[in-house]
Amino acid sequence: MLRASKLKVVFLAAAAFAVPLAMTRALPGANREIAAIKDQPALVELQPGTLRYRSAGDFTRAGKPAEAPLVTIRIAQPITIMKHQVSSADYQRCVAEGACRALPTDIAITADRPAVMVSWRDADAYATWLSRRTGYTYRLPTDEEWAYAAGTHYQDDGLPVDDSDPSKRWIARYEREADLRNSETDGAVRPIGAFGANENGLLDVAGNVWEWTNTCFVRMAIDAAGKVLSTMANCGVRVVEGQHRAYVTDFIRDARAGGCAAGVPPSNLGFRLVRESTQFMRWFGL
Amino acid sequence: MLTRRTAMMGAALAALILAAPALAQDLNLPRQKVELVAPPFVHPHEQATKQTPKIIEFRMEIEEKEVIIDEQGTKFQAMTFNGSMPGPLMVVHQGDYVELTLVNPETNAMPHNIDFHSATGALGGGALTLINPGEQVVLRWKADRTGTFVYHCAPEGSMIPWHVISGMHGAVMVLPREGLKDGAGKALRYDRIYYIGEHDLYVPRDEKGKFKAYDSVGESYADTMEVARKLIPTHVVFNGKVGALTGKNAMTAKVGETVLIVHSQANRDSRPHLIGGHGDHVWETGKFANRPEVDLETWFIRGGSAGAALYTFKQPGIYAYVNHNLIEAVELGAAAHFKVEGKWNDDLMKQMRPPEAIPPKVQGVLQPNSKTN
Repeated sequence: MLRASKLKVVFLAAAAFAVPLAMTRALPGANREIAAIKDQPALVELQPGTLRYRSAGDFTRAGKPAEAPLVTIRIAQPITIMKHQVSSADYQRCVAEGACRALPTDIAITADRPAVMVSWRDADAYATWLSRRTGYTYRLPTDEEWAYAAGTHYQDDGLPVDDSDPSKRWIARYEREADLRNSETDGAVRPIGAFGANENGLLDVAGNVWEWTNTCFVRMAIDAAGKVLSTMANCGVRVVEGQHRAYVTDFIRDARAGGCAAGVPPSNLGFRLVRESTQFMRWFGL
Repeated sequence: MLTRRTAMMGAALAALILAAPALAQDLNLPRQKVELVAPPFVHPHEQATKQTPKIIEFRMEIEEKEVIIDEQGTKFQAMTFNGSMPGPLMVVHQGDYVELTLVNPETNAMPHNIDFHSATGALGGGALTLINPGEQVVLRWKADRTGTFVYHCAPEGSMIPWHVISGMHGAVMVLPREGLKDGAGKALRYDRIYYIGEHDLYVPRDEKGKFKAYDSVGESYADTMEVARKLIPTHVVFNGKVGALTGKNAMTAKVGETVLIVHSQANRDSRPHLIGGHGDHVWETGKFANRPEVDLETWFIRGGSAGAALYTFKQPGIYAYVNHNLIEAVELGAAAHFKVEGKWNDDLMKQMRPPEAIPPKVQGVLQPNSKTN
């Protein structure tokens, strides 16, 4: 452990000197981009703000299925998140060092394609490896962080609940998800950047690669005023985000087959990470 | 210089001059031209008919083309009847004559023909319909028995399975003139009809496991047959592509409507199942002179046959219609969706309590393994 922490300090210091202010770029809305260097991926630092957020999970009110609450969340600290999804070549370095499970053989290993066919466990292992390698703490974003970074690309998946007819909600969800599909070959993986940048400067948000988050599937009972009465979390299922929100079992690499028969499943599973900030890093302007 | 094309055109013209008077005298029946439509839809038709037998004229053009068979963009060199996988469903009545003009345009590379399981003699018509690119042929056969039947291309030797697994099959439905009936002789009608053709596809992979693409249908032959001989398909699809009948292309119906689903598979067994629904009346082997089975959960479509299932939707929602080998349905693609709108029926189903924490065990309640005297 001692050795690891020593290493961390060395890397931190090196990174601090290697990333002068000139290598950061101002983005719209006071966000700034931190250029990639060595093992460090290109990052975007998002300034604090507020977010209208549709809670993830299943909700019941007074013992009946209810629409997920729409809440306002205050993001108090800057969020530093990868500009693009982890590429298959990036992921392969972790594989080469024995810290990540290999991708299926038919996935092209190149720097310009996102790593797909990765499970939550694969993404988590990569975050652990990258943190060790760089001395920073990398992790998957929470669903709230992802939604904040996604900006206008974040889809509110709220749907009214009709107590007397559950089918209305199923059909509405099915139609909405189906409408988001617009081409015959929507699922074919494209080069990084093919889906453009969002207003925060993040590439390929809600393109055809869904991204893992750290948020567990929860079932919450709330009262009429929205107060949480009970929470049941299942961390074997995590929230994935993309063209629409989905809940996927953590060891699944390929969600294309979907859940229980009827629904529009994610085309590909990939990820991007957030880098946690410490006071020390902020002092260095990182 | 006499090109192959002009030579054939000359021959065709001569044949037409000779054949035309003969055709007119041959059968003194009214004629009806029917425009075929691409599956899962079916051309307009009567169910029961008061008309006397007719000659029903169809025209199909064979099209060899590259298609996409899954969402990942896997390319496939297909051979098709009328440009679709499966080919269109042809509906006639018992006693009618089917007169098909089969066209093999010059743009194709392969000779093709058609074998109708509903027809009698000449290998189902296959021996009388073999045509080269640039040729067409007219075949007439009598619909002497009722039912749903497969048609497929059957040139010769290894070309037979290859053409079929490349997409060349469709179906014919010969209805009784008085329409469909249940086992007690009561008339059955449908409000909608969908035709689902299932294909097992065998796409070769490269040394890395990636699906290989080919520039032409001929180039795909050797590798494809090598995969096919192992009998394990890479894709099992409805309507030519994984997910072809889902999302925006999901089939639709309303609560209270009766739907007839015709399902064909020219090469391999299948077992259709409507998740959350049933087969009210099912002609599993597809032949209407047999009594339909009732209230089925899953039915069996033998490779090389077409069956028909009649169902009245009773509950709204999204239904999956699958091959209930669930590996083939979920992993290989044999799944379609029905979007059914209408009023929910609590009597048929109701969620009495939503998912919630299991309540703590109450003291004093008899446990299954507790001792009593």
